Amino acid sequence: MPASPELQREMLRQMQTIRRFEERASDDYQNGAIYGVVHCYIGEEAVAVGVCSALNIDDQIISNHRGHGHCIAKGADLNRMMAELYGREDGYCKGKGGSMHIADFSIGMLGANGIVGGGLSIVTGAGLAAQLEGKDRVAVCFFGDGASNAGSFHESLNIAARWKLPMLYVCEHNSWAASTSSKMTHAADDVAGRAAGYGMPGVVVDGNDVLAVYEAATEAVARARAGEGPTLIECKTYRWRAHTERPGAADPRPAEEIAAWMARDPIKHLVDDLKQQQGQYSDAEFQALDDQVLAAVNASVAFAEASPFPAPEAALDDVFAD
Amino acid sequence: MSMREISYARAGMEALVEELQRDPTTIHLATDAPPSLVEEFGAARIRATPITENAFSGIAIGAAGSGLRPIVNWSMVTFCFVAMDQIVNQASKIHYMFGGQQTFPIVFRSSVGGGTSLAAQHSQSPYSMFMNLAGLKLILPSTPYDMKGLLKSAIRDNNPVLSFESTRLMGFKGEVPEDDYTVPLGVADVKRTGSDITVIALAWLVHEALAAAEEMAKEGVSVEVVDPRTLFPLDNETMRASVQKTGRLVIADEAGPTAGASAEIAALIAEDPATFRALKAPPKRVCALQVPIPYSPTMENHVFPDRTRIIAGIREVMEAG
Repeated sequence: MPASPELQREMLRQMQTIRRFEERASDDYQNGAIYGVVHCYIGEEAVAVGVCSALNIDDQIISNHRGHGHCIAKGADLNRMMAELYGREDGYCKGKGGSMHIADFSIGMLGANGIVGGGLSIVTGAGLAAQLEGKDRVAVCFFGDGASNAGSFHESLNIAARWKLPMLYVCEHNSWAASTSSKMTHAADDVAGRAAGYGMPGVVVDGNDVLAVYEAATEAVARARAGEGPTLIECKTYRWRAHTERPGAADPRPAEEIAAWMARDPIKHLVDDLKQQQGQYSDAEFQALDDQVLAAVNASVAFAEASPFPAPEAALDDVFAD
Repeated sequence: MSMREISYARAGMEALVEELQRDPTTIHLATDAPPSLVEEFGAARIRATPITENAFSGIAIGAAGSGLRPIVNWSMVTFCFVAMDQIVNQASKIHYMFGGQQTFPIVFRSSVGGGTSLAAQHSQSPYSMFMNLAGLKLILPSTPYDMKGLLKSAIRDNNPVLSFESTRLMGFKGEVPEDDYTVPLGVADVKRTGSDITVIALAWLVHEALAAAEEMAKEGVSVEVVDPRTLFPLDNETMRASVQKTGRLVIADEAGPTAGASAEIAALIAEDPATFRALKAPPKRVCALQVPIPYSPTMENHVFPDRTRIIAGIREVMEAG
């Protein structure tokens, strides 16, 4: 089912929000207001937005170290996200997680996970819970081409296929695991080809085309809800930024490779689609959208700045649940 | 309360059956699905998994975070080492790391210890590795009564709990109530009262310590045997009160001494001013030798402590002051 014009505009808003949020997060990281490390998703926005647009609020996702996009696409609150990056009390994790560990269980966002491959089995457990509870819920794993080589990928996909769990495994193939090219770590070009070995469908999608991602996800979600089991969706995409925003960190990627992918901007792709297919989308409309998005990002920074730092002794809270 | 005698292993199974009956959100994940559980609760809740400790430990975490209460059986504790990312990076940290927004009620069961000629990869007591983390509760039952009561508490707890169950005690029989009961986590049990020396013993060595106490009584030495029962939370108060009373301490553990539970207990005793002042002699640890567990019985028996070495330890402390 193709995305309605309204949904396409919502997708555009979400993608632009991810981009503007991360541009600001990067700036504020450089100026010292955000600590530790920030991994930017810029360039890959169509994957999170295309997949999450095919989900309901009670469907569950798990994310990775590059997780801002997944949070925003699943409907997380920008204010609480930015407050978490700022290390403040009103952040999603009360300042205990930071950029790499934002979670919001109330919207089915089971957390960004800092260990590559760490989330694959956890979200498979969410799929098991959905199946056992007989709910119409699906569970989605976002992971990279790097994680696809970890043992947890094999173990989890095999179990999910055998148990026919309502799952989507979404590989964001951006061709670089930190600073190592996937050409050095994968003998086959496509991760999706491995699906056959597990007895599940595997599809390759243009990860910079949000409508193509949405259609593939919609089909996989329908399969999952019908009890037909998991699907492996490989989205070919690229991150515009280095592995992290850390100043001076080496980025071995060829400049022409980066430029070629930046010329295939997923946001511009959708804007062009809207202009061509509907003939009624103007640059002025996009400018108005961007103004709204920037206002929301600025508001999130104001919220974060107004939130107090956690009391030092709050470090002792929440080690155990009651 | 009417009692009957059942084995340590049976007591564990009873805890499982009763809690699976009591709470429909409990599920069981293990590489072997116990046939009696499958028959009673069905193959959907009692899952036979592929041999993938890393994956099914993670699946338990995700299922727990989605509203279920998984009970995982790793079988031998050494098998859980392939799941260390899920135990250490995920299970122990995610409640805290996500700001306490979700609970993860999971029990991970495993057998520990040696004495079975299974060699190093199937004989180990690595609980202190997990004591070193924050975010996991750890139980170590020594009797059928404690096994059933602690396991029930563990299953009802809203945190990840690791249950370390002694291989040597699986066939050991003891009295267990017919009716429902629990043993709270964090409460040590004085298994024998005495006045001259305290032996804090873990799991199988509780029984060796009791045998040693019986032997020492013949010589007029009154030995108190304290079983912590849970390693986190660890009942400092009961251990310190016992040592304050007797003034002497032996710690007996089937694991090696280095950075072990015995080291932690010795530190907790020594750093408490009142308990330190009450000591009449330095504490003594009676532990396994610090080696991987060897296969051949002559060597394996040499590695593990037993009642004879506990008696030697008691004598040494009694002579020291």
